[in-house]
Amino acid sequence: MTTTVNDLSPRSELVGELEEPSPVARSARRRLSPKIVVGLAILGFFVLMAIVGPYVAPYNPSALGAHPLAGPSSAHPLGTTQTGQDVLSQLLVGARSSMVVGFVAGAIATALSIIVGISAGYLGGFAEEGLSMLSNIFLVIPALPLLIVLTAFLPRANAIVIAVVIAATGWAWGARVLRAQTLALRRQDYVEAARSVGERAWRIILFEILPNEAAIVASSFLFTVLFAILTDASLAFLGLGNITAWSWGSMLYWAENNEALTVGAFWWFVPPGLCIALLGTGLALANFGIDEFINPRLRAAGLSRRGLQIASRSHGLTPVMRRPTGSGGPSGTGSIRLAEDAPGVAAPLSFDEVSGASPKSQWAPAGGSRAPEGGGR
Amino acid sequence: MSYLGRRVGFYLVTIWAAITINFLIPRLMPGNPVQLLIARLQGQGTLSTRAIHALSVAFGLETHQSLVAQYWHYWVQLFHGNLGLSVTYYPSTVVNVIATALPWTLALVGISTVIAFVIGTGIGILAAWRRGSWLEAALPISTFFTAIPYFWLGLVAVAVFGVVLGWFPLSGGLGQGMAVAFNGTFISSALYHAALPAVTIVVTSMAGWMIGMRNMMVTTLGEDYVLVAQAKGLSERRVMMTYAARNAILPSIASFALSLSFVVSGAILVEIVFSYPGIGYVLFQAVQNEDYPLMEAIFLIITLAVLVANFVADLAYVFLDPRTRQEA
Repeated sequence: MTTTVNDLSPRSELVGELEEPSPVARSARRRLSPKIVVGLAILGFFVLMAIVGPYVAPYNPSALGAHPLAGPSSAHPLGTTQTGQDVLSQLLVGARSSMVVGFVAGAIATALSIIVGISAGYLGGFAEEGLSMLSNIFLVIPALPLLIVLTAFLPRANAIVIAVVIAATGWAWGARVLRAQTLALRRQDYVEAARSVGERAWRIILFEILPNEAAIVASSFLFTVLFAILTDASLAFLGLGNITAWSWGSMLYWAENNEALTVGAFWWFVPPGLCIALLGTGLALANFGIDEFINPRLRAAGLSRRGLQIASRSHGLTPVMRRPTGSGGPSGTGSIRLAEDAPGVAAPLSFDEVSGASPKSQWAPAGGSRAPEGGGR
Repeated sequence: MSYLGRRVGFYLVTIWAAITINFLIPRLMPGNPVQLLIARLQGQGTLSTRAIHALSVAFGLETHQSLVAQYWHYWVQLFHGNLGLSVTYYPSTVVNVIATALPWTLALVGISTVIAFVIGTGIGILAAWRRGSWLEAALPISTFFTAIPYFWLGLVAVAVFGVVLGWFPLSGGLGQGMAVAFNGTFISSALYHAALPAVTIVVTSMAGWMIGMRNMMVTTLGEDYVLVAQAKGLSERRVMMTYAARNAILPSIASFALSLSFVVSGAILVEIVFSYPGIGYVLFQAVQNEDYPLMEAIFLIITLAVLVANFVADLAYVFLDPRTRQEA
């Protein structure tokens, strides 16, 4: 906590040093933001469900039962469908297909976005123009109508094919963000140094640039997984893709087609949608946690009530802080900080810490300038 | 080149790309629409080779022509506004089918997107200004809403407000037997039918604008000029709106473009859930009936609509940000 302000130095000075992470960096990493913890916990729960789901399902999800459209009971905790199939079993078995599509699409799209984004940012010139134009085009073209047209020509496509098609339309966002970050890193001293030493381009990209973009890559991966799971469910809901295999989307398709709505069989269509929404929330929370890693100003967590009062009181005051002479860095990291420095606020991490570089103490606060940390008490 | 000129160039390239993708999909994908249609029709008796050829011509999939010749032919047809006949709504042309459905979608999706943008951005501004208040605590909840599949929320809304409570109609865009006419009964019936789908779209898309705006606003509040404004003793409201929000909203408008394709995709599904007589529902019918010409045309028209909306957002951006008006 005490070195909060030390992390505000401009990136150029930080990233050059790839020594052992300082104790501060390590402890900061250990105290993960609650958003990441909750998000990863939800994610872990559903990964577990996808792995063991088919083995613990009480019934065969396709087996017809004697009690059609029965509400939740001890025999069928989530009720039954119109043909007496067990909804809980369908939910448990369907988790695997939905998760596989999400993660396979996420992995392929992330790989694509790394290739396109980093080469666009690093190569520059004509290649950059072309590649960034390509990703912008894919960003603007509405993905779902395109996917509908694509999958309509692939009748009975299995989960992997659907994942590949979703990845083909979902890589552009990550590529755009990575390109921007690569452009910023490309002119860093340590990259210039590596280049002047004669490192090959692929080595510079792989070992100098990519590690410093780990957080962005992780963030775009999670975003794409969320996009893929939602899209997969939407396509299945439309009756595209393989609706004969159990997935959360195909459950919704059958529920909708068998008038689950009009007969009020909420136990049939609520669970799969809720699972998708919960899993999506987990992914998005983890993503926001990473965003806060990248941009410490976004943090809200850790603001205690007391800390907030102090923060709001000090809001109108001029903080007693001195800016370093050399820190004319990007407005994001070098400017005077206000309420965020109130006590109880988690230490801001510079982006570089995520990838293990230790922040160098760039500017020490002047005598009274510990005020943002302790002054309010 | 000016900012706007570059954007127009980009949109032209995107339109070209969308049309080319649209041209290539049926020709490169393993499933041949003509074959699929023949397989479907064969159940009703065998087709003569001449009938098969006629179908190929109708789809513009004559295999003896070179790909380049087909591509040229495709463009010519497109400029004549000829997108083929619809299988589902035979003998209507695809263009007519879309023309009837488009106003419904434009009204529903257009208005609810604007409402979602305004409300979401407004809450985002407040959430950043009053950090740690209940508004900020509501952020994780709004995360939940961004992750909900649009169509699922629509299903729940139909079940709760349509079936159980009976407050809103279950489907359709107008009362039984009503025709499109601009009088009081029509408008009130249309609004009544649009209410539930519109609320669904607003609720699910609002959170995205809100989180984006809040994050930009938080970053902007750390800027020196906000501090200066406060040091000058300007009123809270003035600092919040005129100094911080005004600058923070720029990226939000720029990202309007990118978010729009997500919103439109979601709105298509909402229409299907509510059997709302717009483009999304027609697309659903086309999928159900393997109506490839209609599907492809709808993909084009949605892309075009999204590009036009993006262009409007760009115009707003030029109006709001003087830097774009300078010669680069």
